[in-house]
Amino acid sequence: MSIDTRAIRQDFPILHQEVHGRPLVYLDNAATTQKPRSVIDALVRYYEQDNSNIHRGIHTLAVRATEQYEDTRTRVARFINAPAPEGIVFTRNTTESLNLIARTWGDTHVNEGDEIVLSVMEHHSNIVPWQLLARRRGAVLKYADVDDQGYLKLDELRSLITPKTKLVTMMHASNVLGTINPISEIAEMAHAAGALFVVDAAQSVPHLPVDVEALGCDVLAFSAHKMAGPTGVGVLWADTDLLEEMQPFLGGGEMISVVREEGSTWADVPHKFEAGTPNIADVVAFSAAVDYLESIGMEAVREHEKALTAYALDRLSTIEGLTIHGPTDVEHRGGAVSFTMAEAHPHDISTIVDTHGVAIRAGHHCAQLLMRRLGVPATSRASFYIYNETSEIDALVEALEDVRRVFGHAGTRSAV
Amino acid sequence: MPGPEALFDELYRDLILEYYRSPKNRGSLPQPTHRAEGLNPTCGDEITIEVKLDGNTIEELTFDGQGCSISQASAAMLGELVTGKPVDDALHIAHRFEDMVLRGEEPDPVIGDLEAFQGVAKFHARVKCATLAAKVLADCVESPVDAKAGG
Repeated sequence: MSIDTRAIRQDFPILHQEVHGRPLVYLDNAATTQKPRSVIDALVRYYEQDNSNIHRGIHTLAVRATEQYEDTRTRVARFINAPAPEGIVFTRNTTESLNLIARTWGDTHVNEGDEIVLSVMEHHSNIVPWQLLARRRGAVLKYADVDDQGYLKLDELRSLITPKTKLVTMMHASNVLGTINPISEIAEMAHAAGALFVVDAAQSVPHLPVDVEALGCDVLAFSAHKMAGPTGVGVLWADTDLLEEMQPFLGGGEMISVVREEGSTWADVPHKFEAGTPNIADVVAFSAAVDYLESIGMEAVREHEKALTAYALDRLSTIEGLTIHGPTDVEHRGGAVSFTMAEAHPHDISTIVDTHGVAIRAGHHCAQLLMRRLGVPATSRASFYIYNETSEIDALVEALEDVRRVFGHAGTRSAV
Repeated sequence: MPGPEALFDELYRDLILEYYRSPKNRGSLPQPTHRAEGLNPTCGDEITIEVKLDGNTIEELTFDGQGCSISQASAAMLGELVTGKPVDDALHIAHRFEDMVLRGEEPDPVIGDLEAFQGVAKFHARVKCATLAAKVLADCVESPVDAKAGG
């Protein structure tokens, strides 16, 4: 592995603790990642030294706070190779970013009988906003299926995209299966039909190099807290021409140019979409997270996670009665590994594993359509990040052996 | 600190695993008088309980559903325990069971084998799994199958 995990672990204070008397093994990174000292320090420094409301302020603190907030915008733009910082809108999370597009672009461009194409592997945050839009506008949703290996059925997707398609939306990397979807290929399909192409990048921007120009999407959404940054900050990237043409999302302070009794005019983008006092402190601290990832290098992050995922797939496949859901080729998947075990429900697995100090997630992972497609009520999921080591996967495997001991599918249990 | 086995063995008592693997009352009734279903949306546990009341007595009871061992075994065990009992006694058992799991109270003798779930109180994330059946049972006896006929 090309990154120094030992050194990285030293940067994450939370990792150095015991849970149930065992060293914490944090494998729930698809839900949220831990934060390095530099991010925590940036948050504290902001409140201790620079706290002020941004924009319009003349005094020194207001200028400092504004500069730091806007500087994060520039860094985030550079991080995803966006052509201009003005294309970055700060929201609360990926969910809000997707709702913003549905409420603004969607409400003015999607009409009765129009079609929206998405997939059954989407997170609820990339399903429900479109269901609401479809209901408001009388549009129709069409879902592309996945195959038994967990890959999107591209031929089916191609046939679903027609001249009636106004919008195509797809997750870049799956939070359940790990699958990395061929985004640039889908972008071509969407654009050939004249549709807008929206990408849910919540599980990709934190884990691999993402270049919006190379992907060819029109809109990209992701969250700071899944990439070593604070909670409460989401990003919506869109082409600035698109943002300028779109109607505002929320109305209020910061997003206006002139307010008169009979109506108002809007601030320039991106401020048109940032009504009210934003989450300044967390945006400022997000900058430290971007710096941290850049100092490691996203290519190196990706290589590290590929190696960990390959190791995990290999070790997990040795456990009798365990089924892995998702692709096995690490070139086409990220580090979210879902599995089920005969006879043991995911919550029982999670509880037993937790007694070993190992944190994994159990449930439907906000992907009920996919659970139904897989024919399971829920799965267990381990997901990795820059600070995880192969020894932690060994700890997971050891804990899963205990699950087998308690719930072993032979249906018997040796006396304790 | 106790080892992992000591911790989870307190939760996964043999009796619970037995009821989870081979519940005797899983299924549905041909002619239930009352039925209710419940769901823990955060974890997806589902339980449906059907009963046949004879006057004020639970003559027959079945449960069905899916979910973790704690949710399914508690439904099976609670269901067995209240079958043949007056509704008031059944609800009393359900409430005393909740007191033990939710509030960490000492098990009341009326809950019988359900005391096997005492360890759940220490696993905060799992308490809702254990109390789902008790909630559905309370709903069930208030929910006649034919709302019109049942008044």
